[in-house]
Amino acid sequence: MIGSALAGLWGGFSVALEPHNLMWCFTGVLVGNFVGVLPGMGPVATMSILLPLTFGIKPVGAILMLAGILYGAQYGGAICSILLNLPCHPPHAVTCLDGFPLTKQGKGGVALGLSVLGSFIGASWGITEMVFLAPVLVDLALQFGPADICSLMLLGLLAGSTLARGSPIKGVAMTVLGLLLGIVGTDVQSGAERLTFGITHLDDGIELVALALGVFGIAEFMNSVNQVLPVNLAYSRVALKDMRPSKAELRRALPAMFRGTLVGSLCSLIPGTGPTIASFIAYATEKRISRTPEKFGTGMIEGVVAPETSTHSSIQGDFIPTMSLGIPGDAVMALILGALMIQGIVPGPQLIKEHPDIFWGLVASFWIGNILLVLLNVPLIGIWVKMLAIPYKYLFPSALFFVCIGVYAANNDMFQVGETIVIGVFGYGLLRLGFHPAPILLGFVLGPRFEDAFRRALLISHGNIWVFVERPISAVFLAIAALLIGTQIYVRLRSRKVRLLNASPEIAKT
Amino acid sequence: MSQEPKHAAATLRNWTRKRDFYAGALMILLGSVAAIAGPSYRLGTLVQMGPGFMPTALGIILIVLGIVMAGSAIAVAEGEDEDILPQLPQWRGWACVLAGPIAFMVLGTVSGLIPATFGCVFVSALGDREATLKSTVVLALTVTGFGVAVFFYLLQVPMPLLTWRGL
Repeated sequence: MIGSALAGLWGGFSVALEPHNLMWCFTGVLVGNFVGVLPGMGPVATMSILLPLTFGIKPVGAILMLAGILYGAQYGGAICSILLNLPCHPPHAVTCLDGFPLTKQGKGGVALGLSVLGSFIGASWGITEMVFLAPVLVDLALQFGPADICSLMLLGLLAGSTLARGSPIKGVAMTVLGLLLGIVGTDVQSGAERLTFGITHLDDGIELVALALGVFGIAEFMNSVNQVLPVNLAYSRVALKDMRPSKAELRRALPAMFRGTLVGSLCSLIPGTGPTIASFIAYATEKRISRTPEKFGTGMIEGVVAPETSTHSSIQGDFIPTMSLGIPGDAVMALILGALMIQGIVPGPQLIKEHPDIFWGLVASFWIGNILLVLLNVPLIGIWVKMLAIPYKYLFPSALFFVCIGVYAANNDMFQVGETIVIGVFGYGLLRLGFHPAPILLGFVLGPRFEDAFRRALLISHGNIWVFVERPISAVFLAIAALLIGTQIYVRLRSRKVRLLNASPEIAKT
Repeated sequence: MSQEPKHAAATLRNWTRKRDFYAGALMILLGSVAAIAGPSYRLGTLVQMGPGFMPTALGIILIVLGIVMAGSAIAVAEGEDEDILPQLPQWRGWACVLAGPIAFMVLGTVSGLIPATFGCVFVSALGDREATLKSTVVLALTVTGFGVAVFFYLLQVPMPLLTWRGL
């Protein structure tokens, strides 16, 4: 088992180190970092905007580039939150608490330097987990029947929608809406055109790019236009030499990194608890075990490093169910899966066997990408800091152009630009009504496979709907799902304080 | 006794101001669309499910969720959760954000990449409160130059730079 995993990893390195793949990985990290550092651009928006760039590339290169974009954007967001107190992505909200005070004290460079190191350590552990856990999971999953897969998807969908921010019922509604949007188009089995309302352009279904860019692009720009306050650049002068931590700081930060790694990897094992929850727990842990908890919020290096590390460790962990089971945990992973599907690759447990180059190449590229991230960020920090100064009034018109050309280039079809505009207006309405649109993407990506598994499960069981509870594996998944909903209801009824966490749509940036 | 209907009317008025009332109503509407359209694609049986089964089922689930969502808004106190429009509605900003991509669509179909890019950036940049004609033109020209270099020459997006196809 371990031997075959290591052999796979070895093969993966030879794939990832091929010059053109290495180049795509490098481009991804660079461009992702470049866009992610811009104030207001979170990883999901960055990935959606850059997704069309990967269409012309072969599947392996495309997925390596997209993964590179993800951690580039992730780290770019950290720069933005530490230096400007501007979290563009929910996991970074806690990074700001101590990151910005450190910046005010002139130690922003140190915080950034240690975050790079922490994210590398966290990611490395997450990758190690993936190397050894993913093949085990795949072996298990290959024994699943359609009923089991169906229940597993249901669990994944429920976890992804109820544990995200905002009201759980709205999250579930968004998932159902996503499933419905995934149905639009020609049904593969019967050839019936469903929910197209006579529009022939919709026969092939709604485009993932149009959906993602409508919801995370146009809707987000409508939400932010003229609402973005000018950023405070007074403290953000950071040069290369500022990034080196002192020995004392390193001694304080290293244990925090390991604790953050642990929290992150534990969180990624629980379905639905993604990087956001991991970063909150990591921060809370640091505060609890610290001898000076009252100093948190005034610039404690532990309070920056631990959440950043746990975020990266948990994102890497999220790749495990995504790549080995084909079930994404959040919008970021849904985009990765969607990109694979656009390349004509069916995600699921068979992926490792059918496309070992993609799976192991991706794993190996994680390491290479994270090393590139460190190598890039140390010398380029001065440039990133300058990019922070780009005002929003220049940013969103340029980004809108990228949205348009990206959607157009996906299929050379102007109709899809119109589709994106309509989805954007609709998405903004959803934002204003207090919905968080991320679960739409989950439902959209899983929809067709969910329907297929559901149909086949009932075909095999001759229409016996109880098959889902009669099969033990499926029953376990359903029990976990029931437990999940039960706890949610219990927590809601018990304390209304949770409402504080459900921030208003203004903070709904994904 | 006569206060009863008045009270009910006040509750109703309060209810119809809530964000979740409209959130629920929207879900009920969307669910109904799917649930009504679904059966026309043939429902089938549980063993041999037709293409209409899933949309109908999902539509019904969405309607139920919408009812619960709208219903829960009754209990919300007066004045809370009512800000469906932001405090300062950005009509100009919204219009420009949407007009930019529309300009891209129209100009891209009629006359090519250069006017489409310029138009898209120019129109949407006007949505910012501080936008001046000069800054907008400079921004639009910069992005056009960059866009043509990257998307036409580097990535070879098949779209003519400048033509006239007529309206």
